[in-house]
Amino acid sequence: MAEKILMKGNEAIACSAIRNGVDGYFGYPITPQSEVMETLMAEKPWETTGMVVLQAESETASINMVYGGACCGKKVMTSSSSPGISLMCEGLSYMAGAELPCLVVNVVRGGPGLGTIQPGQGDYYQIVKGGGHGDYRCVVLSPASAQDMYDFVDKAFDLAFKYRCPAVILADGVIGQMMEKVEIHATKPRRTNEEIEKTCPWATVGKRADRPRNIITSLALESDVQEATNLRLQAKYRKMEEEDVLYSTYMTEDAEYLFVAYGCMSRIVETTVDMLRENGIKAGLLRPITLFPFPTKQIQALVPQIKSAMSIELSAGQMVDDVRLAVNGAVPVGFYGRLGGNICTPQEIFDAFKKFNNLQ
Amino acid sequence: MKEEIIIAGFGGQGVLSMGKILAYSGIMQNLEVTWMPSYGPEMRGGTANVTVILSDKKISSPILTTYDTVIALNQQSLDKFESRVKPGGLLIYDPNGITHLPTRKDITVCSIAAVDVAAELGSAKVYNMVVLGALLQMKPIVEMENVTKGLMKSIPERYHNLIPMNEAAIEKGKQSIQILNRI
Repeated sequence: MAEKILMKGNEAIACSAIRNGVDGYFGYPITPQSEVMETLMAEKPWETTGMVVLQAESETASINMVYGGACCGKKVMTSSSSPGISLMCEGLSYMAGAELPCLVVNVVRGGPGLGTIQPGQGDYYQIVKGGGHGDYRCVVLSPASAQDMYDFVDKAFDLAFKYRCPAVILADGVIGQMMEKVEIHATKPRRTNEEIEKTCPWATVGKRADRPRNIITSLALESDVQEATNLRLQAKYRKMEEEDVLYSTYMTEDAEYLFVAYGCMSRIVETTVDMLRENGIKAGLLRPITLFPFPTKQIQALVPQIKSAMSIELSAGQMVDDVRLAVNGAVPVGFYGRLGGNICTPQEIFDAFKKFNNLQ
Repeated sequence: MKEEIIIAGFGGQGVLSMGKILAYSGIMQNLEVTWMPSYGPEMRGGTANVTVILSDKKISSPILTTYDTVIALNQQSLDKFESRVKPGGLLIYDPNGITHLPTRKDITVCSIAAVDVAAELGSAKVYNMVVLGALLQMKPIVEMENVTKGLMKSIPERYHNLIPMNEAAIEKGKQSIQILNRI
């Protein structure tokens, strides 16, 4: 039987990294995610699996250390929270351009600026739509429990290596700080150099006489070459949309009213759905697990049966844009959210739902 | 079975670790649990609270507006959370330093003089275990055997020699609770 441990989401990220063959972590502390590096330092994986854990001098340095490790085909990661992620966005764009796999964990706090250390979801636009410059996307996974934090580390690396792109776990202060029961599954060892050379033929691991040089760069001054790179990236993003959308539903089978919520808010909205059902209102929830690729088709499939859709977020309304695009004007789309580190309660959402739908 | 609890007091009273031991005891009893702290600029002397939910089903929202049980260990917490006890619920408070007493009549109100009890036991550090005992006396949501297992999981092994002292504090807390209003 799998071992069950009470741990914070942040601790789960660290424990999972050690147990899933991650080669290196480079980070810089910031609340509410400092427990990731604290746990790694306490566990000392360099003495067991050989995983490198390094506190860099800044977030900018961290992401560039990740770039370096990724060039060698290593499983490398960093974690931070909103203001630190802003500093990493240049590196993320470079890694997307150079087609490098990595994992970045963002435990979002309220912004803008230094903002607050309390939870937020205001980084949706930044992480899902871009952040850095240029036409790029990251695979974005949204955990809603400490168990998800544990499980998504491996899943994120699988997707990052499948597509040779950065993967982001977009969590929030609630999921990072909350302790829950986490089942520790079977573990994966770190890959050997031979395995890396075999599975990542693009990696810069030292040129052999029987193959041309591998060059990793995001620079191509010739427009046709740069356009070709862009078209290759876009083809990957379309493939992700076809093959790797993840989502879950709660009570949507007969739902007449749809909620869309991710991360901690999906948990809170589930309670609101229960409250509405007790009042005889058929509400349901669709929780996007991948924010990119977004479950557009899955929302569209529910449109014929619903009277309205509502996006609930700890932001001023960001994911609601994607919900509107999916619904495409067929039914009214509403929004409710809180800002600045405040968290919507099930009752507040219940009241906002009734107001939006003109229900008594 | 579902029990939604908030434990609120000063930083340094052991509010968060009491919640952790309660949550771990829940896991040992095969329950689903969440432990959600107020995190941030709290420190010794500031306010701190933790919401603990124990349930035999999957837990949806870890964020609550009302609670089955409120444990208030200072005046600020009592003032803030008395109104958030569900009708018919339970309020436990430590009378040390309390000048405005709780007034609700639609809930069960108990007091636990945990500062005094911990002093009698000779260690202020077992304060939170006295409070845990008081809670378990009123609501035996986890069996004592699982609390012991929870203690073993929560406390680093090098301090396991202190577990009997913690168990004694829980026992003393059970005996020392006073019921002021029972519904």
